[in-house]
Amino acid sequence: MTDVHAIKPHLSREHLLDLLREMVRIRRFEEKCAELYQQEKIRGFLHLYIGEEAVAVGAMRALEPGDAVVATYREHGHALARGVSMDAIMAEMYGKIEGCSRGRGGSMHLFDAATRFYGGNAIVGGGLPVAVGLGLAEKMQNRSGLAACFFGEGAVAEGEFHESLNLSELWKLPVLFLCENNLYAMGTRLERSESQPDIHVKAQSYNVPAEVVDGMDVVAVEAATRKAVAAIRSGSGPVLLECRTYRFRAHSMFDPQLYRDKAEVEEWRRRDPIDRLISWTRQSGALHDADLAAIEAAVVKEVDRSVEFSESGKWEKLETLTADVYAGEVPP
Amino acid sequence: MTTLPQQSQEISYREAVREAIREAMVGDPRVFLMGEDVGRYGGCYAVTKGLLDEFGPERIRDTPLSESAFVGAGIGAALGGMRPIVEVMTVNFSLLALDQIVNNAATLRHMSGGQFEVPLVIRMATGAGRQLAAQHSHSLEGWYAHIPGIKVLAPATLEDARFMLAAALADPNPVLIFEHVMLYNMTGTLADAGPVDIRSAKVRRSGRDVTLIAYGGTLFKTLAAAEMLAKEGIEAEVIDLRVLRPLDTGTILASVRRTRRAVIVDEGWRSGSLSAEVSARIAEGAFWDLDAPVERVCSAEVPIPYPRHLEEAALPQPPGIAAAAKATLGR
Repeated sequence: MTDVHAIKPHLSREHLLDLLREMVRIRRFEEKCAELYQQEKIRGFLHLYIGEEAVAVGAMRALEPGDAVVATYREHGHALARGVSMDAIMAEMYGKIEGCSRGRGGSMHLFDAATRFYGGNAIVGGGLPVAVGLGLAEKMQNRSGLAACFFGEGAVAEGEFHESLNLSELWKLPVLFLCENNLYAMGTRLERSESQPDIHVKAQSYNVPAEVVDGMDVVAVEAATRKAVAAIRSGSGPVLLECRTYRFRAHSMFDPQLYRDKAEVEEWRRRDPIDRLISWTRQSGALHDADLAAIEAAVVKEVDRSVEFSESGKWEKLETLTADVYAGEVPP
Repeated sequence: MTTLPQQSQEISYREAVREAIREAMVGDPRVFLMGEDVGRYGGCYAVTKGLLDEFGPERIRDTPLSESAFVGAGIGAALGGMRPIVEVMTVNFSLLALDQIVNNAATLRHMSGGQFEVPLVIRMATGAGRQLAAQHSHSLEGWYAHIPGIKVLAPATLEDARFMLAAALADPNPVLIFEHVMLYNMTGTLADAGPVDIRSAKVRRSGRDVTLIAYGGTLFKTLAAAEMLAKEGIEAEVIDLRVLRPLDTGTILASVRRTRRAVIVDEGWRSGSLSAEVSARIAEGAFWDLDAPVERVCSAEVPIPYPRHLEEAALPQPPGIAAAAKATLGR
């Protein structure tokens, strides 16, 4: 018999407040990042996750510390929800050595061995085969972990998506494919790039069990992920969840958003996952105004502290420019 | 179970690679092999024949024709604590896995600030000479040698075929091993059956008049050229690069400073080739010691054609190598 508690999220007040707190952390962190980008404290590409927080937070709550996580270049939210410290993430955005990748990666390449967070992959679709291998390693070493792989719907057009689904199902590997379908691959809407826009249907054609999830509902994401995780841990092979979501901000900081209507953005904003959880928990009596104020205050403090931490961080010395290319000294 | 060939026994290059894989599988439960047709078929070049029976399908894994997925899976498995040997049937097919090799295997250590490493070995066949035409005759190891973060090996001798793999698996970095297709049938006895390093180039023939620098499939053509030169009283030194990244510049320069002349033999195309890199290093490090311009013998800049006479003409051959050596001597 399956343990019901392993599958159903605990909808205690404490748990709901935790989900809310995590989503607010991501939202406020990224708003600060956008601000710091304008100030040129953060450079390079910056892809904000605002609007999609429910997916990372809901899914991550259903994972265990021993599981491996692979994410995309829009991964600040995943790193935060996985438990990578905000200080280390912000310092990475600054490019300082206190960053979670020692400043070598930046926004798109957040890594953390302690939480088995394997990045930060900026080649669309490139993380999927790696997740398959992480799942293979779990299976071959008889460990109970799984590999959770986040990717956008744009990755579905890549061959690596199809190869990875096929291989993981063929070998019955413990891999959770979490498709964050935010409708746009940069500026290309799903219907303009896919002959079959229903992604879960594609997964089913590889015999991978798949389900569509409301990606704007953190509780729904957590519930679906718990169910998928239980199935995967039972040894039945991979599962795909298509989380339908929306990014409220531009693709990156260079995107004038010519490809979508303001009305569409507004419509999705009305389904804001944070507002939604707030209004639901308020109605049910789980959330009081004081709770929300306390969460916001604590998060602002945490974000401000991460900025201070990063400002006072150090730059890598030029003498160590070529460190960590190889293990040990390898002359070019 | 077959027994390991003894030192004095005749062994082929193919068998030497197989024994290397067997030894690694026996010695470390984390080692496994995956690739196209490595199991039931026995390997496209019969390298892995018999291994499925001995080790079973969990450790000898036949993959679908999904180069990107199974090379990427090798990277993931290495990250997850395994020691995978991935066989990509030929370098030509490795182009379908370039994203994983260049964007992931080579970068993960650095991008993660040294937190993660990818102890992965990728083996593949390379080179021309079997009339397999333009899409199955590439020598692209020089391309891979361009990439920081990976090591690139080219075992030419039976000893290197037999013992480089162990060194590659012991190395915490991703290592690519290029096995030239024309070497698989080469037989001989293992001269020195012990561990080899994957750092240094080796002098395969000593000589004082000119340094011939080769690797992989061109090593024996170059040694044949040295024989031709000897008949004309020219003593050529032959260096086997063995390791294409990192390059053992020291061994190259030490030889060239003595002979004062250099010829680089490379089955890759001349433009932007590994031979260009070696030539540049000689110019940078031994310019004032040179008595003649550096010569290069490379493949003709043409997709490798099918007919035998055209294929032979497109590839470096002993007479051309000998002629280039003589040119450095003004003969």
